[in-house]
Amino acid sequence: MTAVDLRVAQRPNAPVTTYRYDEYDAAFVRERVAEFREQVRRRLSGALTEEEFRPFRLMNGLYLQLHAYMLRVAIPYGTLTARQMRRLADIADRWDKGYGHFTTRQNLQYNWPKLVDTPDILEALADVEMHAIQTSGNCIRNVTADHFAGVAPDEIEDPRPTAEFLRQWSSLHPEFSFLPRKFKIAVTGAEHDRAAIMVHDVGLRILRNERGEIGYQVVVGGGLGRSPFVGKIVGDFVPREDLLAFLEAIMRVYNRFGRRDNKYKARIKILVHEKGIDEIRAAVEAEFAAMDCSVFSHDPAEFERIASFFAPPPYETLPAASSALRTAKLETPAFANFVDVNVSAHKIPGYAIVTVSLKPIGGIPGDATSEQMRVLADASERFGFGELRVSHEQNIILPHVKQDDLLALWRMLEPVGLATANAGLVSDIISCPGLDYCSLATARSIPIAQAISKRFSDMSRQRRIGKLGIKISGCINACGHHHVGAIGVLGLEKKGQESYQITLGGDPTFSASIGEILGPGVTADQVPDVIEHLVDFYLAERAEGEAFIDTWRRIGHVRFKDVLRREGEDGADI
Amino acid sequence: MAAFKHPQILIASNLADGEVVFLGPSGWERDHRRACVAQNADEAAAFEAAGKRDVSANRVVDVYLADVEIGGDGAPTPLHYRERMRVKGPSVRLDLGKQFPGSAA
Amino acid sequence: MALISEGRFVEDSWRRLADEEALPKTGEVIVSLPRLEHALEVLGTESSLGVIVPNTTEPSSLIQALPRLQLISISFPAFSDGRGFSLAALLRRAGFKGELRASGRLVADQYAHAIGCGFDTIEIPDDLADRQDEEQWRVALNTYSMSYQRGYAGRGSILEARRRAARS
Repeated sequence: MTAVDLRVAQRPNAPVTTYRYDEYDAAFVRERVAEFREQVRRRLSGALTEEEFRPFRLMNGLYLQLHAYMLRVAIPYGTLTARQMRRLADIADRWDKGYGHFTTRQNLQYNWPKLVDTPDILEALADVEMHAIQTSGNCIRNVTADHFAGVAPDEIEDPRPTAEFLRQWSSLHPEFSFLPRKFKIAVTGAEHDRAAIMVHDVGLRILRNERGEIGYQVVVGGGLGRSPFVGKIVGDFVPREDLLAFLEAIMRVYNRFGRRDNKYKARIKILVHEKGIDEIRAAVEAEFAAMDCSVFSHDPAEFERIASFFAPPPYETLPAASSALRTAKLETPAFANFVDVNVSAHKIPGYAIVTVSLKPIGGIPGDATSEQMRVLADASERFGFGELRVSHEQNIILPHVKQDDLLALWRMLEPVGLATANAGLVSDIISCPGLDYCSLATARSIPIAQAISKRFSDMSRQRRIGKLGIKISGCINACGHHHVGAIGVLGLEKKGQESYQITLGGDPTFSASIGEILGPGVTADQVPDVIEHLVDFYLAERAEGEAFIDTWRRIGHVRFKDVLRREGEDGADI
Repeated sequence: MAAFKHPQILIASNLADGEVVFLGPSGWERDHRRACVAQNADEAAAFEAAGKRDVSANRVVDVYLADVEIGGDGAPTPLHYRERMRVKGPSVRLDLGKQFPGSAA
Repeated sequence: MALISEGRFVEDSWRRLADEEALPKTGEVIVSLPRLEHALEVLGTESSLGVIVPNTTEPSSLIQALPRLQLISISFPAFSDGRGFSLAALLRRAGFKGELRASGRLVADQYAHAIGCGFDTIEIPDDLADRQDEEQWRVALNTYSMSYQRGYAGRGSILEARRRAARS
């Protein structure tokens, strides 16, 4: 194995685009690494049994999977600097097998680390202000946010200062680190939900009231997994002043009353479902009223300090539309397709948000090689103020690219397989690692994603089909978010074989809905056929401008079920 | 204990590095072809007892018996697709895991 | 059982009274929750009274007794069951000033959490104490110089330190 130089130069003139550690944050993360080094030593010596060690290794993101350990690194609110991305690449080369997997919750997973190397990996992460704290375990997990934060035109406020504030508050919380089950928080500050807040344990939506004050709509009890639920509103408008106290109250109610007798009924969604949202709201409000709010009340100076790190980078003043871009699109059709599909509107004239797809046709969704990570880091420095984002769709975002630079960026991405023009299309599939890696999985999910992607490899057909979210999970825990896929695929075991259940009509946004089951499970080979029939039926039935989910909602689930039944009778192999 | 229906091997994960290991004639083997095969319930119970001892000794974790069939080459092959994955490696990365000799950790 | 206080294994001056044992007139005794009402009635001020409670206890049910209790021991049925941490925090909020004890198979790695929530002492079974010696508990107490939360005991708060730094 080649030695990698892990010294990282900080470019002196790189603008600050994300939170930077102060002396306290830096000390805290170093202490966490030292603690884990000691925990590993005690585990190997037998001072800690596996049962005792497990929660502590999980709270540092370390799982034991089918083939090896797996380390899940936090990418808080999905924001990365070029320097951090390079470090992720270096770690992949030095301690893993040259690649990483970006997950649906803004984390990066290494699939082959050794337990004995993990403290060194965490140390290497701490060098660049990163960690793996609370990416697993029955605690408050890595806080996620809209991946277009700070650049989306539809934004009320950048959600990242709130998310960073909560990251700190939740880190090694004395009271809420041994919860009944995991606890996931997502924040959005936009009018369109890109953070799936309705299917989190707590979803926060930043709002502005008629007096111009900022507050949060607090949604509780959403979640996927074995029993999927859309979250319910527990606070209509919680002023920023009260946010922390309100969250402490929710956590305390959950910690005390969440079920611990059955791990499948231990999430807060079950508590909300069994008690009813009114009872939960009353309990939270009673706890909130009893708290010493002066302790938890908002600290404007601290919030401002955090928010200052997320100030906009030094944008140039540019015309809203780039003539260079227009010309380039006319001259290079493949580039034009990339722009039309993967580039989103930016709030600053002349700039664009670029989605770099980690879903090449037939590839493994979310995987990136160390070479690709370095190209992304370089690209972000050349064209985007050295900032990158990770989306819950398992793609990478370059959030501030000049429209004039899009062609040069595309030329840089294309040779390393990072220019697939499929963001949001049928081959932009969310998939968990499934049984190829995961010890909980009941079936494989990656090969299903690959087969569907190959079936729809004709990109013009994909563009004709339009936005269509396919999401695949390899077990009922639903890491692949299949419940909220317009088309969802769930891998199960049936009579010793892999079997796939298909659902339709899921939606992860504010209009959240849980998909409905199409029919009996099918084999892996049949999945692409079934999906192709469904897509063809949609194309035949759709009205002008209708996405798959809209057509499904308009004409109803039964019509889609009928298609399959008919196809089956016609002798099609499904 | 479940009824003994098929020959079995004992699978575990090495504590220090996480690699899949199999109980062999003299300790844990990284190649399943060198695994000992239990032919009856008593042998399987003895395997499990050995596994338990090595869990207590902090050598391995997650120890369990897996049903196998004996192939033409005499090597045990797990009956369930999950354990077949464990003796090979990810089916989507044939260049990684035990199936690719050069990748051994 | 081993008792840990301020990072050391210490002698336990308290005696856990079995339910069939008679209440002594003097000394430090811990009774079970069902026996608490009776103990409060019969014992005078020459006895020090403690109670061991399940982690599901409603704090309000102890409010009346708090001024007369010198010790409350909260049971941890499993080290991963965090309800005891919330109960401790609530009892401190209710004004309990006596010794708060966590009793169960807690591991050293939870020591700072326990202190943060208001516990003073940890009581663990001997087999656990054999594996996790005094040194490990002492180290665990000093692993972190500060914590991110406010309103919890123990280590200094990073938020408070930032405020002080901003003012100066």
